[in-house]
Amino acid sequence: MRKSIMLAVLGCVLVSGCARLLPDVKPYEREQLADPIMSFSRDPISDQYLDHVYDVREGARGATVSQGGGCGCN
Amino acid sequence: MVVTEQAVGRLIRRRYIRTIHQAGVLFILFAGVPAARAVTLPEDRADLMYHYYDGGGVTVSGPAMLVRKSVGDNVSVSGRYYVDTISSASVDVVTTASPYRDKREELSVGVDLLHGNSLASVSMISSKERDYQADTLGLNVTHDLFGGLTTLDFGFSNGKDTVGKVNETFQMDINRYNFRLGLTQVLSRSLLVGISFEDIAEDGYLNNPYRYARFGNSIMSSVPYPETYPGARDSQAVALRAVQGFSTASRPLGMSARMDYRYYRDTWDVRANTLRFTLQRYFSDRWIGEARYRYYQQSAASFYSDYFTEVMTYMARDKELSTFHSHSLGVRFSWMLSKQQLPFFNKASLNFAHDYVYFDYQDFTDIRTGQPYSFGANILQLYISGWY
Repeated sequence: MRKSIMLAVLGCVLVSGCARLLPDVKPYEREQLADPIMSFSRDPISDQYLDHVYDVREGARGATVSQGGGCGCN
Repeated sequence: MVVTEQAVGRLIRRRYIRTIHQAGVLFILFAGVPAARAVTLPEDRADLMYHYYDGGGVTVSGPAMLVRKSVGDNVSVSGRYYVDTISSASVDVVTTASPYRDKREELSVGVDLLHGNSLASVSMISSKERDYQADTLGLNVTHDLFGGLTTLDFGFSNGKDTVGKVNETFQMDINRYNFRLGLTQVLSRSLLVGISFEDIAEDGYLNNPYRYARFGNSIMSSVPYPETYPGARDSQAVALRAVQGFSTASRPLGMSARMDYRYYRDTWDVRANTLRFTLQRYFSDRWIGEARYRYYQQSAASFYSDYFTEVMTYMARDKELSTFHSHSLGVRFSWMLSKQQLPFFNKASLNFAHDYVYFDYQDFTDIRTGQPYSFGANILQLYISGWY
């Protein structure tokens, strides 16, 4: 438990400290970031499908932009 | 050996509980960091898709539907229905069994709750085939930091699969634990980067009950032999992604370039690298075109072999666990429809995507020809999306 709290406090201090290093992009300057072509997953239904197609044919899995379930891998 | 595998499973579960506990404490403290902009609920939208895959003697097609709707200001609910109709005469099937047809249905429901700068999501996914049932319960939390410039998310899911065999009483279980951690960072008004990590621990029956290893002095003289897999698998994947926007002659943001890289490793000694490049461009206010390339490479599992000359503790010949690489090239076109053209929606898009992927196996022999196996596949998607 003590280790967990120390880890959490350390993480919090690091994240708070990073605030000074972060770029200053004002909310009104973020219009482009909201555009569909800037999204990591423009259409979730399409990304989920494509990730599933590769998932069942490859040994690697995880850390994709979508999540799914099941197998369909025979 | 069974006792050892159960012990490994228990160890993984204990480690997960400890990791989740630590992550939970970390998140509660992060939640106290002030932010000037709150996260928002996902958009209300509906998608209807037809998908088609054809390659290596396997055809998979079917519909998929995704609907999301907000309820009040702080709650959003979603539902997804997905069908795979499978017709398989793959190299594994034709060399050890008869071609078959099957159907997989997947249903998922989810609820998103918005609270301050945090979005908590709970989802349930259920997938069913004649010989396979998978149920997954997931929890995900997204939190904005530093005025919305940084987004932190973490998630946990627990899945339970039941593996069976058609026309047999055979039935075995798999337990799966996924732990995800991600961070997305705004670096400029047109540059976004992200990093994500996922650990997946499984224990139970991880074999494919229909597949066989090969036993003999050469691949061509070998005979089928039952596969045996370890009873546990623990994997880690780390992905880095970045998207940069560019202006064009007609638009301040007319094009974007994206790059994704993922490194994967697991306790079966599979190592994999995935690299993807995507270019998206507005050809007009109505048309978006996309070109993409994906490269994938993996090393074989430690207990994989094209054929075995002696009986080993673990034996596998699944080509998904062999040494191979693949190249994939694809395009996607989206046509945006305006509100005037639509009766119920604020906006909508009609989309078509085609990917061609080529798999090249280094140590998996096609026993029909005696040559290393390779095949190409076409992946088609046609879908309509509507926002309301």
